[in-house]
Amino acid sequence: MATQALPDNPDVRGDVVLPDTVVGREALIRGGHSFHDITEIVCRVNEAPLLATPKPFIFGLMLAGAVFAMFGGYIGYLFWEGPGIWGNNNPVGWAWDIVNFVFWVGIGHAGTLISAVLYLFRQKWRTSINRYSEAMTIFAVLAAGSCVALHTGRIWMDYYLFPIPNQMGLWPNFRSPLEWDVFAVNTYLTVSVLFWFTGLVPDFATLRDRAQVTWRKLVYGGLAMGWRGSNRHWHVYEKAYQILACFSAPLVLSVHTIVSFDFAVSQIPGWHTTIFPPYFVAGAIFSGFAMVQTLMLPARAWLGLKDIVTVKHIENMNKIILLTGSLVGYAYAMEFFVAAYSGNEYEGFTFLNRMGGPYWWAYWIMVSCNVLTPQLFWFRKIRTSVVASFILSIFVNIGMWFERFVITVTSLHRDSLVSSWDYFVPVTEVLFLLGTFGLFFTLFLLFVRFFPVIAMSEVKGVMPQANPHWEGYAQAHGPDDHAHDAAVPGTEVH
Amino acid sequence: MTTTKLWGVLAQYENPATLFHACEKVRDAGYQAWDACTPFPVHGLDKAMGVKNTVLPWIVLVVGIGGSAFMLWFQIYSMGDLYPFIVGGKPLFSMPAFVPVWYEITVLSACLTAFFGNWILNGLPRPHHPAFQSKAFERVTDDKFFIMVEATDAKFDRERTKALLRATGATLVEELED
Repeated sequence: MATQALPDNPDVRGDVVLPDTVVGREALIRGGHSFHDITEIVCRVNEAPLLATPKPFIFGLMLAGAVFAMFGGYIGYLFWEGPGIWGNNNPVGWAWDIVNFVFWVGIGHAGTLISAVLYLFRQKWRTSINRYSEAMTIFAVLAAGSCVALHTGRIWMDYYLFPIPNQMGLWPNFRSPLEWDVFAVNTYLTVSVLFWFTGLVPDFATLRDRAQVTWRKLVYGGLAMGWRGSNRHWHVYEKAYQILACFSAPLVLSVHTIVSFDFAVSQIPGWHTTIFPPYFVAGAIFSGFAMVQTLMLPARAWLGLKDIVTVKHIENMNKIILLTGSLVGYAYAMEFFVAAYSGNEYEGFTFLNRMGGPYWWAYWIMVSCNVLTPQLFWFRKIRTSVVASFILSIFVNIGMWFERFVITVTSLHRDSLVSSWDYFVPVTEVLFLLGTFGLFFTLFLLFVRFFPVIAMSEVKGVMPQANPHWEGYAQAHGPDDHAHDAAVPGTEVH
Repeated sequence: MTTTKLWGVLAQYENPATLFHACEKVRDAGYQAWDACTPFPVHGLDKAMGVKNTVLPWIVLVVGIGGSAFMLWFQIYSMGDLYPFIVGGKPLFSMPAFVPVWYEITVLSACLTAFFGNWILNGLPRPHHPAFQSKAFERVTDDKFFIMVEATDAKFDRERTKALLRATGATLVEELED
């Protein structure tokens, strides 16, 4: 393996772009760290005494908390006044409430893709980013859940969504896409939490064993549930993790598919298309990876994780953004082709109206952010630039929010009856969107402060010295040992 | 010392390679009630220890199929029999429309089984374990590797077991009390 000398400074080492080698791969973790170094790097964030929490962090948490509190007030206002505080009108019955919901659910998908799909494909680089992304998934799904719970208007009647029969023994309609959504989102949230917690237990045990203060011993001790790293436990644990990954992988596809059914199963031109499921799933992964980048790039610098999350990880994620962004661009083009090829004048009108109608500006924001910006990632210089990745990831986030706005609002505002045409203008909705960000960032900042942000046990497991047959060990105890291994049946492990 | 009961012997190793070879030797010596503890799953250690495959996937399969069958039956029963009601022109038994909820409940029941099955089969949560007395064992979740042999093992002999562990490259051998 070609090795290039890396600088000793851990603040810049992770940002150095190494040339692609023909044979072998660059190390996932830079700086020649031992297992213990990884523990130290990750735990020092969580183990800083409460009073020594950095001031910018406290400021950030207070800001996010204030926005979250505002969201609480906004929910009270909504509860009191009803959805009349939104700009929804007669043809546009779904607007920002649903746009925000689809936006947040979509973001969640990257976390599951990283933790489940990349796990099944044995992409070892995922270990540096999976914990972080899984947390993002859970908080994004919570934000989405709050949107969908609030969009019903009479929010005290939300229990109608759950499979509870009414007084006449009538159950909720299992044939309705909106009911499918309830099951999809709740299953998704539950499975994501189970997956996340399973991964966290060994790392909670690390924090428990290092704890110096009683409350840490109690809290992390409780969360670690007496985990002692037993190999007999690891055996079952890894099997359970694999099973969870196997079930989460199709869940990534199914949840956003079902969200797209909310639209596709209806008969509104612009919604009623069969390409929606794959198109929504690609868009979800696209927006989710962008959100992972937006969150991770500042965090790796502030938390000193550059040796663990290197520029190689950023480049890999940008490649996925490029792929899914291209799929999304293809889907946009295909929608137009389908509308033209169908010969249906309502379909044709809807799509021309998206491009040049009253909401032309939303359509072109969407296209420029989602189709054009990811194409810049064809250039390796941009793909491996931290600053460019951060800026482009924010563009993608904006573009993907507008995609949902375009799909939801522009399809509705031109009804089949010309007399009911109307134009939707948001009233207080911006507080709604802002409030979900407050919820998301409050939870996320608390997670960063108290939970290990890197899956330590998984990162250690992909380091070269984790393999018992690593060359470094073979030199240490000579060839005789290995001759002996081969003689014992059942010990060949490669 | 005389009043407390010996639970077993704990040996510390510095890296996965020595642990791996030590496990092979303990396995070949015929011990049954013993375990290796590591900060991360060591590749191939199951074979080196002779751990049998877990039954977890079979439990998940059975419960998953059960949950799946239940939900399909329940949708047919509640939509077609409990309160027959035509909505959106879909027939009472509308199989394609039952697929999404059916699928989600299959996933949910399988995942809940995998999650709880994992902890139950592993006997966790378990707040206390004799190994937690050892100061050295605190690094099992950091960077050290351990083997523990229980005193209840038929082959266990305080001195001979300790000698075996020392011979396999252990850097520290301790006795654990019950």
